Amino acid sequence: MQASNLALFWAGVIALSILIYVILDGFDLGIGVLFGFSGPGERRQRMLDTIAPFWDGNETWLVIIGASLFAAFPAVYSVFLGAFYLPVLLLLFGLIFRGIAFEFRGRTVHFQWLWDWGFSIGSIVVAFVQGAAVGAMMRGIPVQDGQFVGTVFDWIHPFPILTGIGLVLGYALLGAGWIVFKSEGELREWAYGRIPWLVVAVFVVLGLAFAVALTVDVGAIAEGAMPDRRWGLVFPVIGAAALLGVMAGVRARNDAVPFALTCVFFVASYLTLGVIFWPYMVPYSVTVASAAAPDASLGFIFWGGIIVLPMILVYTFGVYRVFKGKAQRGYR
Amino acid sequence: MGLDPVFLSRLQFGFVISFHIIFPAFTIGLGAWLTTLEGIRLATGNVLYRRVFDFWIKIFALSFGMGVVTGVVMAFQFGTNWGVLAEKTGAIQGPLLGYESFTAFMLEASFFGVMLLGRNRVSPRFYFFACCMVSLGTMFSSFWILINNSWMQVPVGHSIVNGKIIPADWWAITTSEVMRVRWPHMLFGAFLTTGMCVAATGAWYTLRNVHRPEARVMLHWGLGFVALLIPVQLFFGHLTGEYVLKYQPAKFAAIEARWKNEQPAYETLIAIPDPKAEKNLFAISVPKLGSMIASGSWTAPEVGLESFPPEDRPPVVIPFFAFRIMAGMGMIMLAVSWLGNLLRFAGRLETARWFLWATFLAFPTGFIAVLTGWYTAEVGRQPWVVYGLLRTKDAVTPSLTSGNVLFSLTGYILVYAVFVSFGTYYIYKLLREGPTVPAVPIPGATPSRPMAFADDAGTATGGQLNTKI
Repeated sequence: MQASNLALFWAGVIALSILIYVILDGFDLGIGVLFGFSGPGERRQRMLDTIAPFWDGNETWLVIIGASLFAAFPAVYSVFLGAFYLPVLLLLFGLIFRGIAFEFRGRTVHFQWLWDWGFSIGSIVVAFVQGAAVGAMMRGIPVQDGQFVGTVFDWIHPFPILTGIGLVLGYALLGAGWIVFKSEGELREWAYGRIPWLVVAVFVVLGLAFAVALTVDVGAIAEGAMPDRRWGLVFPVIGAAALLGVMAGVRARNDAVPFALTCVFFVASYLTLGVIFWPYMVPYSVTVASAAAPDASLGFIFWGGIIVLPMILVYTFGVYRVFKGKAQRGYR
Repeated sequence: MGLDPVFLSRLQFGFVISFHIIFPAFTIGLGAWLTTLEGIRLATGNVLYRRVFDFWIKIFALSFGMGVVTGVVMAFQFGTNWGVLAEKTGAIQGPLLGYESFTAFMLEASFFGVMLLGRNRVSPRFYFFACCMVSLGTMFSSFWILINNSWMQVPVGHSIVNGKIIPADWWAITTSEVMRVRWPHMLFGAFLTTGMCVAATGAWYTLRNVHRPEARVMLHWGLGFVALLIPVQLFFGHLTGEYVLKYQPAKFAAIEARWKNEQPAYETLIAIPDPKAEKNLFAISVPKLGSMIASGSWTAPEVGLESFPPEDRPPVVIPFFAFRIMAGMGMIMLAVSWLGNLLRFAGRLETARWFLWATFLAFPTGFIAVLTGWYTAEVGRQPWVVYGLLRTKDAVTPSLTSGNVLFSLTGYILVYAVFVSFGTYYIYKLLREGPTVPAVPIPGATPSRPMAFADDAGTATGGQLNTKI
């Protein structure tokens, strides 16, 4: 079955939205991850200053993904959310706690420690379940008659756990790069000091995950299409090179390089997944063509999409432009 | 039914949607209220309206923020718990709910920002225009929700291909007869909710003898607005009843707790329905009135639940009581607003303490009416999730176990207990403090962070107020 042009359009919108989401929410989630290990005091407030105007808008993309998925690929929406019942629940709780912690920590003195924990643990949970979901997708999701046929604990396996930890570290790296990019002085030095460790940790966890996939969790990546698409190996190579470049950027104390090259690493990893998965939306059972809503639905929502999506893009650019340069103090 | 995944998922949906709907309902009304205030200020130049505006916009921002957060949870419920529904009807419900999200974001990315941040950066006329657009946007958001829900109540414009329900005629879906009645009914419900809250806030300040000029504006406008709107709302409620009778006779019989076919039919004013024995205990009924209310004739026959096979009957107790509570709230609003306006013309509105107390205590009537109205509509639609097409018990995600849903439901209750109580307490603090200082956005605030706008309730000024109440 061939996917219609409208189906490809929406698949493209969703794929692009996921990439934007991962990078944008990735850095502010990563700062949440680092937050818990930064020691109390002034440094924490300054970390939050670097993301205050952005973090909530970044999460907008998650809802765009959810809404577009339901509208254009209801079969994927239902299988994915059924298979990841528990991770999605934890994701929502994590996002809620992060959100309120962010808005309310500045309004209390006695309970600030509580909100600080909420912010940090919420961020770690959100990052972890996203990474674990990617790992579980690589293992494949069992589907029958259009519905998920496993249990809510299917995603808990060595491989997805490692990819979950990997994403927590990856987001932390992105966050550290963002801090370097947006701050000065003591905080910037602190973040510079964290980056090499995080790069090493990401390499180690990815290596472990690969080893686990070949030994303990056999089959974790066996069904992917990478063996048939050798050219796709260029993406993991680019990713690894980008991480080495991050190290070089730290040594040269170039404020923009660590974040930019971590983004390259994320894009390369994302494209690697694309090579493994395509044309499946739910590996390895539901394809773009089989999941798409009829063209009557895709065409109806198309008009909403071509008006709203550019508008949100422009808005996103606008906010980043208004708050460009090093973060001012005193944002909350 | 027991604690099966279907029942627990229904309970969970009911829980998260109940905590969600109160915020959009309040926000829709507040959007219209703020637009009205800004319009009057523009026309009269009276700065008093500006002070009232600056106060309510903080509540608006907080309520909008709470609505967004609880709404994100809603966006995932259809997939997590109602997988079969999402898969089978996604071709229709997906685009409709997608448009709702898009509308909300369009709003957030455009005029909402002007309304929150742009007071000093745009001309007064443009600012007023932005207020109008925000208010329209909130209403437009509910437009999509009501299309979607009306389609679930009375599906139209669809065809069934390979077991999936797909759109055949979008025009029929988006402009259905049922939707044209229910959308205004919901909008007016939202306006009344906010109207009662505004009046109650005015009454509260008057009782405490603080913020008297602002309190007068809130009392007069709130009560006046509710008094004018409530008859219109009663009329649309009546139209809603007509669609139920026409398309969902079993729901109508459940609301009336009418077990047997009757001619002429009784109107049961109040009773305790006994579903096991299929009769009403301690009933107070009026002969013939039931026929009059349903069919406009004293002798018309009316169908009872016995006409429907047991597997097609909705529960009776919840629709019966929920409907009566909703109607009762409408009567309280009618009484308070009309009495208030009589007192106003007699010049005694701000001195009749008993009435101010009554108005103050009536603040939740709108919320209760909105919630019970939805309970009537949704529970009354059972056992169908899409009326006549898909049963609720067949719509749940098949892989879920009772333990899974019990866990998630408990989680939602705990998280919402913290989040919603904190947010509500915060709104309460802002209301108690009253219009003291204008809203000043903190640095780093953007339209996607509406909660960042209501910053000053945490200051010590609240402690110095006269807090008799």
